[in-house]
Amino acid sequence: MNFLPPDLAPAYPEIFLLVMVCVVLLADLVAGAKRPYLAYMLAQGALFGCALITLGTSTSDVSYTFSGMFVDDAMADTLKLLTYVTVAMVLVYSRSYIAVRGMLNGEFFSLTLFATLGMMVMISASHFLTLYLGLELLSLSLYAMVALRRDSVEATEAAMKYFVLGALASGFLLYGMSMVYGATGELNIGKVTEVIRNVIQGGDIDDYAVLVVGLVFIVAGISFKLSAAPFHMWAPDVYQGAPTAVVLFIGSAPKLAAFGFVMRLLVEGMGAMVADWQGMLMILAVMSMMIGNLAAIAQTNIKRMLAYSTISHMGFMLLGIVSADGNGYSSSMFYIVIYVLMTLGIFGMIMLLSREGFEAERIDDFKGLNRRNPWYAFITLLLMFSLAGVPPLVGFYAKLSVLQAVLNAGYVWLAVVAVLFSLIGAFYYLRIIKLMYFDEPETDAPIVPPGDIKLLISANGLAVLAFGLFPQSLMAMCAYAIQQSM
Amino acid sequence: MSSGFPLLSLIIWLPIIAGIAVLATGGDRNASMARWLALAGSIAGLLVAFPLYSGFDVLMGDMQFVEYHPWIEHFNIHYHLGVDGIAMPLILLNCFTTPLVVIAGWQVISNRVSQYMGALLIMSGIVNGVFSSLDAILFYAFWEASLIPMFLIIGIWGGPNRVYAAIKFFLYTLLGSLLMLVAFIYLYRASGGSFSIQDYHKLPLPLAPQILIFIAFLLAFAVKVPMWPVHTWLPDAHVEAPTGGSVVLAAILLKLGGYGFLRFSLPIVPDASQYLSGMMITLSLIGVVYIGLVALMQADMKKLIAYSSVSHMGFVTLGFFLFNAYGIEGAMVQMISHGFISAAMFLCVGVMYDRLHSRQIADYGGVANKMPVFAAFFMLFAMANAGLPGTSGFVGEFMVIMAAIKVNFWYAFLAATTLIFGAAYTLWMYKRVVFGAVANPAVESLKDINHREIFILTILAAAVLWMGVYPMPFTEVMHTTVDDLLAHVARGKL
Repeated sequence: MNFLPPDLAPAYPEIFLLVMVCVVLLADLVAGAKRPYLAYMLAQGALFGCALITLGTSTSDVSYTFSGMFVDDAMADTLKLLTYVTVAMVLVYSRSYIAVRGMLNGEFFSLTLFATLGMMVMISASHFLTLYLGLELLSLSLYAMVALRRDSVEATEAAMKYFVLGALASGFLLYGMSMVYGATGELNIGKVTEVIRNVIQGGDIDDYAVLVVGLVFIVAGISFKLSAAPFHMWAPDVYQGAPTAVVLFIGSAPKLAAFGFVMRLLVEGMGAMVADWQGMLMILAVMSMMIGNLAAIAQTNIKRMLAYSTISHMGFMLLGIVSADGNGYSSSMFYIVIYVLMTLGIFGMIMLLSREGFEAERIDDFKGLNRRNPWYAFITLLLMFSLAGVPPLVGFYAKLSVLQAVLNAGYVWLAVVAVLFSLIGAFYYLRIIKLMYFDEPETDAPIVPPGDIKLLISANGLAVLAFGLFPQSLMAMCAYAIQQSM
Repeated sequence: MSSGFPLLSLIIWLPIIAGIAVLATGGDRNASMARWLALAGSIAGLLVAFPLYSGFDVLMGDMQFVEYHPWIEHFNIHYHLGVDGIAMPLILLNCFTTPLVVIAGWQVISNRVSQYMGALLIMSGIVNGVFSSLDAILFYAFWEASLIPMFLIIGIWGGPNRVYAAIKFFLYTLLGSLLMLVAFIYLYRASGGSFSIQDYHKLPLPLAPQILIFIAFLLAFAVKVPMWPVHTWLPDAHVEAPTGGSVVLAAILLKLGGYGFLRFSLPIVPDASQYLSGMMITLSLIGVVYIGLVALMQADMKKLIAYSSVSHMGFVTLGFFLFNAYGIEGAMVQMISHGFISAAMFLCVGVMYDRLHSRQIADYGGVANKMPVFAAFFMLFAMANAGLPGTSGFVGEFMVIMAAIKVNFWYAFLAATTLIFGAAYTLWMYKRVVFGAVANPAVESLKDINHREIFILTILAAAVLWMGVYPMPFTEVMHTTVDDLLAHVARGKL
């Protein structure tokens, strides 16, 4: 018997990260209580190392390994690099928040890194099983992170809901995949594509029916992970109940992975059935924009409001995928990247306003921020107008590129619907600005974040403006990533 | 005339950078520094705008002072600036108004001064950007960006109901502009991937899409102008805004809508514009007559002037859709003159409001006894608002009425009723506020205007009279552009 070891090069970042997670776990075991920041430093170092490896091994061609179960292409590299940056920012924002709340221990960092590993596997999967493994590694880590404050009733409740609904969604997804397997006899994405094309050309009605049913389950599973309506129910509860640092994580990096997931499964795997999933995504997108934007108006809890805002943004992002061409996919990717940037900023701001024994949870906690600290109010203003899609902030260009793709695909009505819902959406973002600038503060507690957070949040807010003035580089990057991988 | 020097960029970015510098002076401890810096910035903004007039070639129909650089290559979006005879006077009006507004807020704004002054300057730069953009997305970015400082100005420094007014202002305007964005993206596809406004001017389009695009543009611009029946945000915004905010709103921001019609609606969809001109004229005339009557019944001075603005802007849209040179030039003159007069009227009300903290007509009476100098200025501006010959208010209205007579006698007849209603509401208000016996002890305690206020009002009075007596310098710059525009509209695109 001849054993050929797989070429590990495309998976170097994943392997390195796995080793580093073990190091973090061991280091925490040995020196956890004495050196609480050791795990933090190691985690940041691990991400930095991953970034170096990904940059070092990135090429413009597509390479497969593990018998074609794992792929490394430009889209994977780009999404992974963005994931590292996002997770690193999450860690910086979270550090003092979790330290004050007694969560600064090895578990937080090792779970974060495990989740990151899951995301990387999802992004690089070219096999249904690899996709599923990555997804479960991510999800299980997230369930545990939500429950990390085990003495908090809300957090436990949120974790329970998240776990039960998440398991259900995973079941949907697996069921859908098994149907696709049944119809095609393949699990490898490249081969699945081929067989589906043959099924369609051969006019095999029975197999096609099974494929469509499978597709429905897969789309349902995906939209749960994206928190698109009508599978969005978990998002508001989890956002409200989980510690803000964890919400920051759930709301940011996994969205990048979910985008990769959608691309691998729907576009690459089931690309031949585009006419079928296009209609489904269209319904999901419109419902998400409607439910997200309308429900957000009624919220008094800022995290819940942002959960609904996420739902509406995911709906908007799906419109780019509905357009079903390279232009549409790259606009969706651009949208996701921008969305993650804005989410990081706004949850970072919420954590900044929280202090020992006080959680900034109500939207009223933003009252009079301009009086308390004009600079942070200005940063929040930038983030809010960007979320609302007002130029010259970058959120506008995200919307512009998606709308452009939608009109390019010929759906004028969809563009008009999207535009009208963004108008509704503008209202609740404006309300935050109104609270900050027009109202008097309820407290004059000083806002004194550590220096690195101060720097990062300023950079984050100004990036929203700077990318708004010069969006070309980011757009070109997304277009390149999609173009090279298709 | 495209010299190498980026004059338009300077005119746009100088006030914005000055505004950021003013913001950087920080809290109210450095208020006087913020004020002086803002004044210096606004005057510098005015000075750099002079070469725009002196270097402008009145005989050239093309865009002048053009700047063209790639910006977002992914969508073929360019940083493309240039002005013609329509944009240039409006930029000058804006640069002229900004220092006056800064001076007007000198003492009145005592709370968060640097933010107020900074917002004003940044807005001034953004508005210059709107008037000089030749790329649709650049235009849109400036157009929407102008909402942000105005939203804050109304919401932070406004009256009791300011929050409602600010949010209404923002959402109303956003609704209109989002559909304009959809129209731009449609044109981007139709033109094969260009966001250049000048490409859109040449782009042939069938009538059906022209009509849809016209309606999308109409919503954006009609809200801004504002035309009846989408004018209802204006009285709220005006009443609640601080004096400086009202002045900027009336003198500058309303002109964005009128400018939009001339830059987008008429040249890009000329056939739809002609096809729907009946509707536009009807809406304009309803605005002129009905809103004139509404103004008559107002008890609040600012509201009265706000409605009078709507009525006067009705003349502007009427002039545009008569499709002759008198009409469009008259409408342009009316826009500029309205910039001077409405600014002056709001400043006059501001002068009284600063002293008595009331805008109700009923709270005043016999102001002339206590403030004779002010009463004289107010008289001049009231007359100008009523369209008295010799003031700028007359020139524009007269030109538009002349244009209307050429098209249809009844249009002219209805439009001319404004000379009666306008005189009625303005002078009746003036009589109740200024003449008569001193109404109450509060009026008794009034002090006449100080040098700062006299200075602002004198400048505006000079502008109003100059334009009323000798409007040639204002009309000659727009002559060629308007002729070209009319020829373009007459050719059509079908």
